[in-house]
Formats: sequence, structure tokens, C-alpha cells
Amino acid sequence: MSHPLLATKDLTVRFGGHVAVDAISCVFPAGELTAIVGPNGAGKTTYFNLISGQITPTAGSVQVAGEEISRLPVARRAERGIGRAFQLTNLFPNLTVFENVRLVIQSKAKKGFDLFSMADDHVQIREDADQVLQNVNLLAQRDTIVSALPHGDQRKLEVAMLIALDPLIYMFDEPTAGMSADEAPVVLELIEQLKNDQTKCVLLVEHKMDVIRTLADRIIVLHNGALVADGDPSTVMSSSIVQEAYMGKALGHVE
Amino acid sequence: MLKHILSGDMPRSKILSLVLVVIFLGLAFAPFLFPGTRSLDTAARICIFIALVASYDLLLGYTGIVSFAHTMFFGVGAYGVALASVHMGRGFDALIAGTLAGALVAAILAAIIGLFSLRVRAIFFAMITLAVATAVAVLFSQMSGITGGEDGLNFKIPRAQTSAQKYLADPVLGVKINGKLLNYYLMFFGSLALILVFLRVVNSPFGRVLQAIRENEFRAEAVGYKIVFFRTGASIISAVGAAVAGSLYAIWLRYVGPDTTLSFEIMIDILLMVVIGGMGTIYGAVIGATIFVIAQNYLQNLMVVAADATSSLPLLPLIFNPDRWLLWLGILFVLSVYFFPKGVVGRLRGERK
Ligand SMILES: Nc1ncnc2c1ncn2[C@@H]1O[C@H](COP(=O)(O)OP(=O)(O)OP(=O)(O)O)[C@@H](O)[C@H]1O
Ligand SMILES: [Mg+2]
Repeated sequence: MSHPLLATKDLTVRFGGHVAVDAISCVFPAGELTAIVGPNGAGKTTYFNLISGQITPTAGSVQVAGEEISRLPVARRAERGIGRAFQLTNLFPNLTVFENVRLVIQSKAKKGFDLFSMADDHVQIREDADQVLQNVNLLAQRDTIVSALPHGDQRKLEVAMLIALDPLIYMFDEPTAGMSADEAPVVLELIEQLKNDQTKCVLLVEHKMDVIRTLADRIIVLHNGALVADGDPSTVMSSSIVQEAYMGKALGHVE
Repeated sequence: MLKHILSGDMPRSKILSLVLVVIFLGLAFAPFLFPGTRSLDTAARICIFIALVASYDLLLGYTGIVSFAHTMFFGVGAYGVALASVHMGRGFDALIAGTLAGALVAAILAAIIGLFSLRVRAIFFAMITLAVATAVAVLFSQMSGITGGEDGLNFKIPRAQTSAQKYLADPVLGVKINGKLLNYYLMFFGSLALILVFLRVVNSPFGRVLQAIRENEFRAEAVGYKIVFFRTGASIISAVGAAVAGSLYAIWLRYVGPDTTLSFEIMIDILLMVVIGGMGTIYGAVIGATIFVIAQNYLQNLMVVAADATSSLPLLPLIFNPDRWLLWLGILFVLSVYFFPKGVVGRLRGERK
């Protein structure tokens, strides 16, 4: 029997008495884009942190292709194919846009411990980095220092870095938040293209219902740290538990 | 060609290039431009401290690691050469063996400290290095049977590197062509080689990762870099660089003691030089070390001149009293940090913030 690309079993984390993620068991097969929804504080980002390793779980497990990874350090998980874009922009602020992306591709190419060549001599890495920048429409800002970049562009770069990593498991945490109406479609289109690849899966935390409707193959709903609904978009959206737990409360959040 | 030698790291500013060329030529022709034992000694110190400060900047400026153990590695290299020369007898083999042994010990020490403590928070790492460096300094000054204690060790270097050895009967441009001159060029080219190696390292893929870790270790890890290994790697390279600079220093002085290598004052000097020159650029080390060593050696002379010139005026001679040179150095430092928060190099490159 083949294993799903990503699975969590009874994944739990407690902060003091507060259960931020409450025994979530969920399977993410390759080739599927799953939207993760839930009101603020539901535990979506914390769930991501448990999968990508920034937080160690109190209980439960995370498996990639059947292998337990929930005790591995972050970098090892990245090697196993877990890639993450962050809700709060998380870049290398005093380096250029290009350098940010290049660092990611260089990591993927396992060139980090190369001490005696010049970084600029790695033509393939450079070209790949430029290609990614072109894809997200940031090539014009290539040599800008990231901290001088407008917020919307920083958000785009955040996504670009995940796309540059080209992992097996893509985790986007509200990728279009803070982007203008004409920037968001570029990013959403890139995410949509990922669906063509049947070897990868995409996890997408998103509040915008129209985005979810067009992109998601499936929706899971978190509420108070627990998984309260899981299914295809139309069923989940019309179910009463979601109407109550999420849609009702979070109306103010739907942009 | 030049771009390749500098590993693609061009000065990126006309004035900076000019300053660097002046320093380079000044040091390359120091024996001819500035005759006299004292000037040659200053020039050699500048060469060695440039290499020492650059190796420290690899940690502080590039990787964002604060360490107080840099003088310890400097000392390990210096004592290596001294001990080898004392026990093996004067000779090139002793110098080479001492340098290699010092570098090896420095690398091992750095690896141990790094792997054990670079996982912890930056402040703890700084404290641990401080503790280890202090312990080593005490140890070296206590084990007088081996290290000569507070008195240190005097040793002989090969005759070919001393003024007793004449290479030409007649002076060239008024300078005696002897072993001492040769020894100076060992310092010059040794330091130059170290600088070029550091330039390569910081511009390599590895160097880029170090910068990424400095900028955002959290993200660096998330894209797959195992930061403990990179930090430890940087510490090891930096330690080896410091040790080799220490070996050169011992060879130049023909002496090693706690005050010339291990003392906390030198650690402070290194920090000042990095900050004055500009962190996170090897050229900052070049400029910082040059300014600092010259100020250290000549500020007092300058003040004697100033005090004499103003002797008829009230108050000023008091301010310029040579005994107050440390005060002036302090003022210079504060001013330079205030006006050049990114160091001289940052300023010359026109960087803001
Ligand atoms: N490191 C932490 N320590 C303590 N509590 C935490 C920590 N991280 C998250 N929490 C708490 O866990 C809960 C879930 O937070 P989380 O950020 O996962 O929510 P979210 O679903 O991503 O919300 P949002 O939509 O606002 O991004 C919140 O109550 C939060 O305060
Ligand atoms: Mg969140």
C-alpha cells in the first residue's frame, strides 16, 4: 500500500493549558490542493509550524511518504520536501531580491558548503533565480534591497522563495494577504499551475472564498485547534458546522 | 583578472578604490616609502591586523556571531610558532610546523566550541567564548614552565629572515636589502594571501549562506540550511585565519606573550577596528585596521606636535597632552560610529541607514 505524500496523526500542541492544535489527523495525497480555513486563532499557522518543524508537537506525528518526521529539525524537513511560505513576511531584509531567491535555489542545489567557487559563477543557479523572478513579475526589482521593497512586492517575494524551493509539499499561509488587486492574480495563477504536477501537494491557508472556490480540490476547516470539517468545497461550504463555526464569525474577514 | 583575484567583490566606489590602492601600495612599498625601524614595524602590524580583523569580520559582520575568543585563536597560532621554535630549534621547519599546529589546534577548539554552543542563543555563545578565552589566557600565564608565563617566550627565527643576513652589498633606494626586509614581505604576502582567501570565502556560495543566517536564521533554516554547521564552519575558518595571523605576528616580533596576543585589550581593539572600518565587508577590515594601528602608533606623536604648536595658547596644550591619547582615540571612535554607522566603507559606498 502506498503512503500519502503528507499525513498528520493526532497532531497536538499545547501552549500552557491552551490547546492550539488538537489531535488533527489528516491525509494530503499528491496532486491535491487543500484549502485550510478557520477563524483567526483557529490554529492554522500553528498546524503549519508543526508540519514544517518550527514547533515540536506535544503529541502525534507528521509523516512524509510514510516516514515519521515530527522530531526532525527544520532544515532536515526542508530536505524531505517540505516547503513553506510565511504569513508574516520572513525574508533576508538587507540582501537583494535576487539574492533572496538565489539562496533558496542554492540550497536546493546543495551548494551551501561550496567554499572556494564564486557564487556568481554558478550560472545555472543564477538563471533559475532569474526565471523565478520573471515568473512572479519581480525581475524589474531584481537588484533592490528587500527592506526597500513595497509591502506588496515583499509578499510576492515570499511566494517566489517557496516556488524557488520547488518542494514536494507546498504550504502557503495567506499568500495574497497584503497584495493589491492586480498583484494577487499573478500569484494565484502560479499556485494554480502547481496543480498540474501530480507528484506534489499544496496546502493553502486562505480567507478569500472566491479564491478557495476556484483553486481548492478540497477544504478542511479548523476551529479552536480541531479539525471540524473535511471534504470537497461545495459540500463543506454548505455544511451547517462550517456556517456556524466559521462563516458566521468570520464574515468581517472575507475581503 | 583583478575581478577574479578579488572574487568579484569590487570596492564599488571610486574613493574606496582609491583608498584601498593607496593602502595597498603604501604597504607594498613601505620599506622604501617610510624608512626606519619604527615605520616598518607599524607597517607589519597593519598587515597582520588587517588579516586578523578580516578573519573576525567573517564571524561578526558576515555571520552575525559575537565571539570574544578571537584573541585566543590569535594566541594559539603565535604560541604554536614560538613553542615549535623553542623546542625544534630555529629554522623554517619550526615556523611551518608551529603555524600548522597552531592552525590545527585553533580549528579543533573552534569546532568544539561551535558544535557545543552555537545552538544556544547568541548571548550565551558570546559568554561562553568569553569564559573559554579568559580561562585559556589564565592558563597560558600560569603554565610558566611551558609558555614562559607572563614573561612569554623569546625565540630565534631563521637567520635568513633577520637583519644579520645581507642579500645585497649596497642599499637599494637607501634601503638595506637584508633578511629583515624579507621578513616584512613575508608578513605582507602572508596577510595578502589571507585576505584574498577571505574574499573568496565570503563571496562563495558558503559566504552567501553566512549572510543569510545573519539576516534571518529562521528563514535560512526553513529553506534547508543546517545553520549550526554553517556557523561552526565560519568559526573554524575564522579561527584558522586568526591563528595564522598570530603565527605571523610571533614571527615578526620573535616573541610571544599574553600581552601581545591573548589579552582582552587586543580583543577590544579588534572590535573597534571592525566597527570603524565597517562590518560585513572585508575592505572594512583593511581600512579599520590601517586607521587604528596608525592612530595607536602615531596619535601620541601627533599630539606632541599639537601640544607644542599650541603651547602659547591657554587650555589647548592640556587637551593635546600626549598622555590623553586614549581619550582622543575614544573620541575618534565615537565620532566615527556617529558619522559612519556603517563604517568607513559603508560611508564611502554611500550606503544609508
Ligand atoms: N508560540 C505560541 N505560544 C503560545 N501561544 C501560541 C503560540 N503560537 C500560537 N499560539 C496561540 O495558538 C492559537 C492559534 O494561533 P494561530 O496563529 O495558529 O492561528 P491562525 O489560525 O493562524 O490565525 P490567523 O488567521 O489569525 O492567522 C492562538 O490562540 C495563538 O495565540
Ligand atoms: Mg495564521
